[in-house]
Amino acid sequence: MTSLPRHTEKKLGLVIDLDTCVGCHACAVNCKEWNTSGPSAPLTDFDPYGAEAQGVWFNRIHSFEVGEGGTGRTVHFPKSCLHCEDAPCVTVCPTGASMKRAEDGIVLVDADKCIGCKLCSWACPYGAREYDHDHGVMKKCTLCVDRIYDTSVPERDRVPACVATCPASARHFGDLGDPDSEVSRLVAARGGFALMPEQGCRPVNRYLPPRNATSAPTPLPQAGLAARLAEWAGRLIAR
Amino acid sequence: MRPALSVIFFTTASGAGYGLLGLLGLLAPAGLTPATPWFGLASNGLGLALVTAGLLASVFHLGHPERAWRAMTQWRSSWLSREGVAAVVAYPIFLAFAASWIIFGRPNAILGFIAALIATTTVFCTGKIYSTLRPIRQWHHPLTVPGYLLLSIFTGLSLLAALTLSPRIGVAAAVMAIAALGLKYRYWHSIDRSLSATTLATATGLGQLGQVRMLDPPHATPNYLMHEMGYRIARANSARLRRAVLGAGFAVPALLLLLGIAGGPLGVLAPVAALLSLIGTLGERWLFFAEATHTQALYYGLNP
Repeated sequence: MTSLPRHTEKKLGLVIDLDTCVGCHACAVNCKEWNTSGPSAPLTDFDPYGAEAQGVWFNRIHSFEVGEGGTGRTVHFPKSCLHCEDAPCVTVCPTGASMKRAEDGIVLVDADKCIGCKLCSWACPYGAREYDHDHGVMKKCTLCVDRIYDTSVPERDRVPACVATCPASARHFGDLGDPDSEVSRLVAARGGFALMPEQGCRPVNRYLPPRNATSAPTPLPQAGLAARLAEWAGRLIAR
Repeated sequence: MRPALSVIFFTTASGAGYGLLGLLGLLAPAGLTPATPWFGLASNGLGLALVTAGLLASVFHLGHPERAWRAMTQWRSSWLSREGVAAVVAYPIFLAFAASWIIFGRPNAILGFIAALIATTTVFCTGKIYSTLRPIRQWHHPLTVPGYLLLSIFTGLSLLAALTLSPRIGVAAAVMAIAALGLKYRYWHSIDRSLSATTLATATGLGQLGQVRMLDPPHATPNYLMHEMGYRIARANSARLRRAVLGAGFAVPALLLLLGIAGGPLGVLAPVAALLSLIGTLGERWLFFAEATHTQALYYGLNP
């Protein structure tokens, strides 16, 4: 059903910290690894070892430069489906393959119904949907729907693969519809923002801005006696 | 946007077909076309052939053509689905109009009116598919739907002029050609001067920190998103093609029709005008895609 639910019980989504993201692409790699054996499997590659390698990825890491001169900085920018509240990719779908779930707000594609008309990828302002040439259907981020509800995995692992793998803890997952959730508090504390608000899609995912670069560096904590002894021993051995 | 040849052929051929069938529905019962069963067979047959060829081409645009029937189901929310429903509803109406004409020897006014209504609805839905796509400012434009409707009427009328060789229909086709020329000129003038409200600053949310520039793309080679929505046409090529469309597609057919009516060999000039109107519309549709830019390309360093 491609009409949008009036209200979703939860608004599951991601909060991505642009201050701590180091641009290592681990989230994209783990996303591909997890989802290539999940419900959307496989995420096909075309000419993977050739000059024109391309393939289906749900998550891609862009890098931008912001500002000039001394205040300029590099910002790594992971981008995946934002699970919009007014998802235009869902309403344009002619077949009912696209849906926004009323229970948790996740936007999904039923690959058995998709006719591969690509209209949803045209309707999404963010470029979150990709066409699988091998399967002739659209594929997209599922927010690891096969993982976050799986009671057979330990509770701390019931997060999307990209969140689980991020070595910088720049990715957070939770219910952005609940103002008391950890992610909502994080967004409130750090001034989290939505992408392209003027497009009117009301995305659920939020991005946290880079912190002010000119603030004084945090002084390192004074090392204790044991740590200093260990460091001295280390230097002794290295000599 | 990458020009999708199957969709370009579909909207041109079906647009002309719906235009022709809709106009037959209105003009034939009014006595403005020949009423013989043979003419009914030829004109309705041509319209149905164009519509069918276009629809078949559009189905081959799909990754799964065998599931095309599913596209009928979501008419509550999707203009593409509404277009599919309208296209299917139109067939029995067109067939009933044509059959009653051929069997009873005269076109039925009520069936003709319904045929015109459903033809207009179908083309209107086609235009709405594009005009409701907000990320593409050249499509999310007030002249998109009028453009689809007007070109459908123009190509339909030019075909009808070639079939009937009627001076009245020829004049109407020439007037529509000039109207189409004016509309496309205004449309191009407008998209050349408008800017997308979405910029790299709003796409990344980093505008507060200063000018945002792309440093590294996510991967070394273009992906689906770039191939499909990162298409760019050189300004000089687009200007040349625009002139060709306005001239050969709209102005020359109008001139040929008026020459024919003024005493020239209309039997030769009108079919040439009809052919040129179809070729011109193909060019216009190709440009409609090639000149359209998508906001997601911002993330890859292209401006919408």
